[in-house]
Amino acid sequence: MAHAETHDPNTPLEYRSETGRLNILGFWIFLGAEIALFATLFATYMVLTHRIADGPALGALFEVKSLLIQTFLLLTSSFTCGLAIHEMRRHNVKGLMTWMIVTLGLGLGFLYFEIQEFLHFIHEGANIGTSAAWSGFFVLVGTHGAHVTFGIFWVIMILIQVARRGLTPATSAKVFISSLYWHFLDVVWIFIFTAVYLMGMVMQHG
Amino acid sequence: MKWDEFFVTGDPLIYGADVSIALTTAGILFYLTYFKKWKWLWTEWLTTVDHKKLGIMYIVSAVLMLFRGGVDALLMRTQLAVPEAKFLDSQHYNEIFTTHGTIMIIFMAMPFLIGLINVVVPLQIGARDVAYPYLNAVSFWTFFIGAMLFNISFIIGGSPSAGWTSYMPLASNEMSPGPGQNYYLLGLQIAGIGTLLTGINFLVTILKMRAPGMTLFRMPMFTWSSLVTMVIIIFAFPILTVALALMTFDRLFGSHFFTLQGEGMDMLWANLFWLWGHPEVYIVILPAFGMFSEIISTFSRKTLFGYKAMIWSMLLIAGYSFLVWVHHFFTMGSGAVVNSVFSITTMAIGIPTGVKIFNWLFTMYRGKIEFATPMLWSLGFIVNFVIGGVTGVMLAMAAADYQYHNTYFLVSHFHYVLIAGTVFACFAGLVYWYPKMFGYKLNERIGKWVFWLFTIGFNICFFPQYFLGLDGMPRRVYTYSEESGWGPLNMVSTIGGFMMGVAFLILVYNMYYSFRYAKRETHGDAWNGRTLEWSTPSAMPPFYNFAKIPVVKSLDHFWRQKQEGKVEKLTIKDIKPIHMPSNSGVPFIMASFFFIAGFGMVFEWMWMGALGLIGVFGTLIYRSFEYDDGYYVSEEEIIKTEKISN
Repeated sequence: MAHAETHDPNTPLEYRSETGRLNILGFWIFLGAEIALFATLFATYMVLTHRIADGPALGALFEVKSLLIQTFLLLTSSFTCGLAIHEMRRHNVKGLMTWMIVTLGLGLGFLYFEIQEFLHFIHEGANIGTSAAWSGFFVLVGTHGAHVTFGIFWVIMILIQVARRGLTPATSAKVFISSLYWHFLDVVWIFIFTAVYLMGMVMQHG
Repeated sequence: MKWDEFFVTGDPLIYGADVSIALTTAGILFYLTYFKKWKWLWTEWLTTVDHKKLGIMYIVSAVLMLFRGGVDALLMRTQLAVPEAKFLDSQHYNEIFTTHGTIMIIFMAMPFLIGLINVVVPLQIGARDVAYPYLNAVSFWTFFIGAMLFNISFIIGGSPSAGWTSYMPLASNEMSPGPGQNYYLLGLQIAGIGTLLTGINFLVTILKMRAPGMTLFRMPMFTWSSLVTMVIIIFAFPILTVALALMTFDRLFGSHFFTLQGEGMDMLWANLFWLWGHPEVYIVILPAFGMFSEIISTFSRKTLFGYKAMIWSMLLIAGYSFLVWVHHFFTMGSGAVVNSVFSITTMAIGIPTGVKIFNWLFTMYRGKIEFATPMLWSLGFIVNFVIGGVTGVMLAMAAADYQYHNTYFLVSHFHYVLIAGTVFACFAGLVYWYPKMFGYKLNERIGKWVFWLFTIGFNICFFPQYFLGLDGMPRRVYTYSEESGWGPLNMVSTIGGFMMGVAFLILVYNMYYSFRYAKRETHGDAWNGRTLEWSTPSAMPPFYNFAKIPVVKSLDHFWRQKQEGKVEKLTIKDIKPIHMPSNSGVPFIMASFFFIAGFGMVFEWMWMGALGLIGVFGTLIYRSFEYDDGYYVSEEEIIKTEKISN
């Protein structure tokens, strides 16, 4: 599968090996499964969102400032991730590394503010065991956060491989796949932003 | 936790199981050591990425699980044979029907079918392996480890007892304390990872690895059914993953998704479970349909009737399978409008299924039918499955369902579709592709005995249950009174159950008998087949499957070649080096870490759970840094394997 193939010179590096092409397609399908997974979590959250028992309402604790910072960081990281892939297409390893490291930095910033927010909620008396609504919130948003955390470690591993081996059909396919993952998490966040935070605050303040 | 809480104690049946497990383990260890088979086990099986070997391991595991689930069934039938029996107490009975259902669906039916898919589909599409051979090994080992984790529950810690559906609040900490229910959650979660990966793997394999010329509408029907099944898996299994995770959080971390406290919603579990659970029953029936299509076509010596109608009906079934889940709980307060909608979708799903039944009948019409054992199973399937299907439509009527719900009528219905559909298909497929896997057929005479004994036993066991159900006998009761009048039919049912058990033993004996005495196949076409898996020159394909990738020109390409006398012979100039993936021990090690993680979380020993997960991530990282591009099989080796002389 790794034997020499002839290519249109415009074929991106990550599509130049059979393994690369198969892995990218497989990852797209995996993202389909991820959509089913998050859809289930969203449905669960929406069913439970008003079942607050004796605990605080969700919208009552949400804060616009923290939300906007998180959103800004994550959406920007998706943009820088796109720049990194752009540099990869230009065979510019340094540009790829730089933008990917910026992406990771923004991702870490997002995580920092998300964890701060979770700690704040817990301090205010809302944790996973407070009510069905808060269980739904922490597991939906937490699953997204866990994905971001996993992504950060994953991208670091891949960048080490790029640093060692340079850009090859194998390493570039890995970078490209991790970028698909990163953009996907961004899309999920947009839904969380809307369905969890905006709707939560609108319901609260009407 | 004390030792007598860790090990299940006090029941002579369990002590007997302990002893037999200890003896079997000792026996296996002795065999491997005495005959110096450890290295063979490691290099040939534990580290293999060959789809045929992984398929065989799936099937062997599934047959073992069929034995385990079958013993559970016979224990239940023994307890129910007479009124007010004292053989099992209520808790033990609850545990047994829970493990019976879970094992038969998750650890028997699915791996049996996935095993056959593994062996057959790459061969049918003219591929040398699957798209991701390494991932295929991960799939198998996570399934296997999940199954083992679930299976040890009955001797260590206690089995789950809330039914295979594990409805809340019954499955909550308050009503099902202890590790039993955790075994269910973690065992299924780990095995589910493997299933999802199989779904992605085979979808890409079928889409991208087909031989040149094999367009989508030239694919064999079994490959088509596998393709549709994989799509269902990809969209259904994440729902199960989430549902299991949420219940795990409820039990381990005090969340309130399905609990009665904290305004949790117990019906949410029922909905999520069946949103996965109903597609799941199509995951286990569609490959069965595919196998019957192949077998009926082969033994009628005719092209499958209504090839395209078969495909479209499967796609319809796949779509509908996500739109019927509420029919599992019509009586649980969904209201008339919702019930009506789901009643209609459920009845509608009978239409494409009916189309398929007629297609099989018309395939046989004017065919030269040969009553080989796989064909017998297929014919038995048509008759018995229709009984299950018709009673299914009866259950689909929401108003009438208030009468049938939770009775033996339902029990009988789903056994008629799952046994006559899935289990018959597993047996039919096993017999049909046995020569492909092992190089000889199972003995036909013994095989026909198995078929008749099993099918008659099956009807004696389950047909009376329809009447028990109509007479009001609820499912999942561990005993009943003399006055109920259910005794005689239950006794009949039990007799039928044991007939099926005997038939299973004869099937296993047939494996031994045929291993000893069967005539070895001299070529690859054991049944005068139609599809590419029969076109390999040797009975068992070499590890690279095809020395030369076939070029496909039509549906049933190999059959046409034979009819026209144009079967191509390999020549030396066809031979080129073949690229193959390397073996790897990492999937097995990764699955072992999953076992440690799962076992720790079952007992809520979080340090152990964390340790196992760190191990899992460690193996993932190791794999990421491993650049193994496989190897090339040399021309000399291929020429030697293929025995080409010119």
